Amino acid sequence: MLTKRFSLQLLGAISLSLMAHVSHAQFRVEVSGVGLTQVPIAIAPLRGEEGVPQKISAIVQADLERSGQFKVLPTGKVMDETERPDVGDLRQKGADGVLTGSISRLSDGKYDVRIRLWDVVRNQDLGAMSYLVVAADLRLASHQISDLVYLKLTGDKGVFSTRIAYVTKSSTGRYNLWVADADGENAQSALASPEPIISPSWAPNATQLAYVSFESRKPVVYVHDVASGKRRLLANFKGSNSAPSWSPDGRTVAVTLSRDGGSQLFLLDAQGGEPKRLTQSVAIDTETVFSPDGTAIYFVSDRGGSPQIYRMPAMGGPANRVTYTGNYNISPALSPDGRWMAYISRSGNAYKLHVMDIASGNTSAITDTTADERPSFAPNSRLIVFATRQEGREALMTTTLDGRIKARLAGQGGDIREPNWGPFSKAQP
Amino acid sequence: MKKLLSLLLSVAIIAGCSSNVKLNDVPVEDRSGANPNTAAAASSVSSLDARGIGSLNGIKPGPAGVANVVYFDYDSYTVKPEFQAVLEAHARFIKADGTRRANIEGHTDERGGSEYNIALGQKRAEAVRRALNALGVADGQMEAVSYGKEKPSMTGNDEAAFSKNRRSEITYR
Repeated sequence: MLTKRFSLQLLGAISLSLMAHVSHAQFRVEVSGVGLTQVPIAIAPLRGEEGVPQKISAIVQADLERSGQFKVLPTGKVMDETERPDVGDLRQKGADGVLTGSISRLSDGKYDVRIRLWDVVRNQDLGAMSYLVVAADLRLASHQISDLVYLKLTGDKGVFSTRIAYVTKSSTGRYNLWVADADGENAQSALASPEPIISPSWAPNATQLAYVSFESRKPVVYVHDVASGKRRLLANFKGSNSAPSWSPDGRTVAVTLSRDGGSQLFLLDAQGGEPKRLTQSVAIDTETVFSPDGTAIYFVSDRGGSPQIYRMPAMGGPANRVTYTGNYNISPALSPDGRWMAYISRSGNAYKLHVMDIASGNTSAITDTTADERPSFAPNSRLIVFATRQEGREALMTTTLDGRIKARLAGQGGDIREPNWGPFSKAQP
Repeated sequence: MKKLLSLLLSVAIIAGCSSNVKLNDVPVEDRSGANPNTAAAASSVSSLDARGIGSLNGIKPGPAGVANVVYFDYDSYTVKPEFQAVLEAHARFIKADGTRRANIEGHTDERGGSEYNIALGQKRAEAVRRALNALGVADGQMEAVSYGKEKPSMTGNDEAAFSKNRRSEITYR
């Protein structure tokens, strides 16, 4: 019979059910420069917005600013979706577009949110949307509005309705794996543990997370269903099991195993089973990422004497070196559009985020910080989230690929690290 | 540093030798929910089971009075000669009882990426495993794993802290 003390320990160690919502501070935008091309858009407060638990126009403004691609202007007044905007006045204010709308609370407690987007330059209606949501989904509706504005005015899919995973460590040494909205809000704990958690990695289906947990006092890989909280062991072989990454079709997970000695790359069926060994070196091979088309694997190896990033065919084969500058290049991440690789490069004592144009091989350092880790691309390839240290504290940051616009999320007392940006949800329109 | 370590070691060994207390078996508990090494069995307190069931926090005592940490130099993954006596004591301990399982945990200092440091820590764990193997310990009685940089034994951003974190620890399950 489990003793009470032990039961409490067990509950404390592993909390698989979704815990109560814990709000973290939103990513705060710190504009470190001005973006090259920013669309100036005016956002009106929604008619009926005061008194609503979430201020939709403010959430949309924060979303668009964080993307780095918009400059948000005030309209100076409330405008709802039935009014034709005074485009002359808005042109004078410098706006190319304006977002108007209204929100009303229905008798059953739901909210009726309506918006309209106007092209101020061509004096054209770009479209209207309405959302019928409970209070708990007001933020989601706001993010969907941001996605609509972003799509209409940039032509690209917005990432405002996506999610990020990350890990926090409290001052008492407690680790949590969080799943939050892309703006850092609505964080829910997927796992609480007295032992470290690292390397969360979203499956392409946006519903599962692989990660490494040390709860059994060695690193093992779990696959976790985010909605249900159910999880299963994927890799618990002799020695260390780490660095899970998913193939684009979601059927294969690459892992780093030391079961044969050292750290080598293996492929596992996503349902589990016997791993297939991919590399045969006497060096360290780790940190795999699949190319977006699934045909290649990028990984870190010190087979040449120092950790560098290599690329090999996903089915196995000879590896070609990709990074040539510096003697320490790790943590590759690939943009879904296939154009960019983000990675961490050490120079002296500084570990700095770099972005490489894959076609040309040109690289640039895009941060002012010196303790950058684990970059991850947003699914529209326009932003990178990474972990870093600022003023002695761990923080997550998002950055545009040119490094001009950055936003920062600080941990609420305690350290924050290991971010991974989730894919577009398949359910999204 | 080396002198201090030898002094500490000799003090520790002397202290151990003077004890006549027999170590009791610690009570064991089923950790089936939390420990992936066990089957998902129900609730009973079970007797000693070689498959990963241990004491309340999973740790059993090692050889009495012997240090269980081996430290490494920067960018080094070889065991220094000054730790030979420690490893010999652990090797004797493991070989004395075929049910003993040594867990060798490799660690790095806090610089660099998490996953690459898992691999570096693994090198340190395996260096100790090979050394024990050379002293006659069977592979089946040891497991080499890595914590990378995740569990520093000392916080701090200087070489004094870094040097205390580049280590392998030997624990028993």
